[in-house]
Amino acid sequence: MRVSGIDCGAKFVKALILDDDKILAKGSAASGFDQKASAQEALGKALKEAGFSMEELEHITATGTGKEEAAFAQTTVTEVGANAKAMSALHPSVRTVIDVGAEEGRAIRIDDKGKVVDFAINEKCAAGAGTFTETMARALEIKVEEIGPLSLKSQKAVPMNAQCAVFAESEVVSLIHAKHSKEDIARAVHDAIADRIASLSRKIGLEKDVALVGGVARNVGFVDSLKRDLQLDLLIPEDPEYSCALGAAYVALEKAKGG
Amino acid sequence: MEKEYWRWPESRWTAPDIDWKSGDIISAGVDVGSVSSQAVVMVDGQLFCYSNIRTGSDSPESAQKAMDKALEETGSTLKDVHYTVGTGYGRVNVPFADRAITEIACHARGANFMYGPSIRTILDMGGQDCKAIHCDNKGKVTNFLMNDKCAAGTGRGMEVFADLLSIPIEEMGSLSFKVEEEPEPVSSTCVVFAKSEAVGLLRKGWPKEKVLAAYSSAMAHRVVELLERIGIEKEFAVTGGIAKNEGVVKRIEAELSIKALEPQHDTQIAGALGGALFAKALVEKQRGLR
Repeated sequence: MRVSGIDCGAKFVKALILDDDKILAKGSAASGFDQKASAQEALGKALKEAGFSMEELEHITATGTGKEEAAFAQTTVTEVGANAKAMSALHPSVRTVIDVGAEEGRAIRIDDKGKVVDFAINEKCAAGAGTFTETMARALEIKVEEIGPLSLKSQKAVPMNAQCAVFAESEVVSLIHAKHSKEDIARAVHDAIADRIASLSRKIGLEKDVALVGGVARNVGFVDSLKRDLQLDLLIPEDPEYSCALGAAYVALEKAKGG
Repeated sequence: MEKEYWRWPESRWTAPDIDWKSGDIISAGVDVGSVSSQAVVMVDGQLFCYSNIRTGSDSPESAQKAMDKALEETGSTLKDVHYTVGTGYGRVNVPFADRAITEIACHARGANFMYGPSIRTILDMGGQDCKAIHCDNKGKVTNFLMNDKCAAGTGRGMEVFADLLSIPIEEMGSLSFKVEEEPEPVSSTCVVFAKSEAVGLLRKGWPKEKVLAAYSSAMAHRVVELLERIGIEKEFAVTGGIAKNEGVVKRIEAELSIKALEPQHDTQIAGALGGALFAKALVEKQRGLR
């Protein structure tokens, strides 16, 4: 049974196609000015890879901040619900899912059946989201892909006082002037965002195993800082940015089967 | 080099009719803020001169520069000043200060002088923080609330928008009223998100002025929330750099249905002025006058 899950995020739209439990294809597109078109484009890419048309999909479920923009979807699910579904299916031992996207960070606690027990979201402030690292990479005059590996080479921890991304940007400039190395500043940036995410996670009562998903899970510097802060290991699925889309696809599968 | 729209002009002022040489007590206050620094010199409790400059990367140097600029053209020097109080976030870094006093206390005291003893609520909108202060008829702080964690509602936030919209910061207030009707405020609190939201609005074809109006009212709304938590008691005044932005001030007034008192001096000097007033009182104490 062929279904699709589509996650309309702040920066990217991700689409995923399932044939029963098997992942057939994935596709993504930047969330442009017209997110409807971005949603079409992402699903179009996934369909092309899978080699069939939209009409052949039994059901489509949308999620993400722009889920209403995916007008072709029959149902929607919250990001919290989608993440819970995806992680409990992939790793049944997971009790906490931490999802860090471009503009939102969330921590979700689930039980052994994948049911959501509690969750906390930061959507108000860039300090706990991927945009923070992007802004800081710009201040460091490096590419955002470089900031993660760079921070792994850090020799010492430099504290950052500012929480706000706007203030932190000036602080990064001051740290550069104070002759701190880019490596140490990169780590300071990741320590800062990890600190925000860790406190969000502790708020809901962190329980093992812990999975980390969302685009920011690809940032090795952030992962390193978060592991150090939480003092535990993190399960990171392959293509962590597709976690929400995968969860939505599982929901679509249940719907298609009449659930 | 690209034009820096956020760059606000530095300034200085001297009272036309004060002879400092015949003064008994010359007191000074230096406010080293995160974005701007001010120095105020008073002669026997009368405002003699002041300066307002941008804070550099080095606090002691900024304090010195502010003081030099205030005294420039007055014929007096730092040696003539009997007592100096340092205030602001860099207050412990004023090398020539005799004492450091918090900016909250200095602000209330300065506002009491600037706006008269009837002032009860001061909204200080600075470069990197925003404070709502209650004070009594002597300018003594009775309560305060502050936001120093988040750029929303601060001058830095407005600077970000000056650059984004390519509008010189001094023109932002008046330009924000060049709209046919008041748009919905920008919905994001975070300045970083508000910036992306604004880019989206510009792409949608909104004129700059309309985006600016939407941001100014969002900023006004944000600080009104802070004010409402502490409560507003008349008389009310706005100090700090944003007080010069009528686009924000008038929107705050509209939302609160209250009129802010008109400033007679540069709204950014309140902290340094309060420092100079404290300095005068401390000299009087030393001399056994109090």
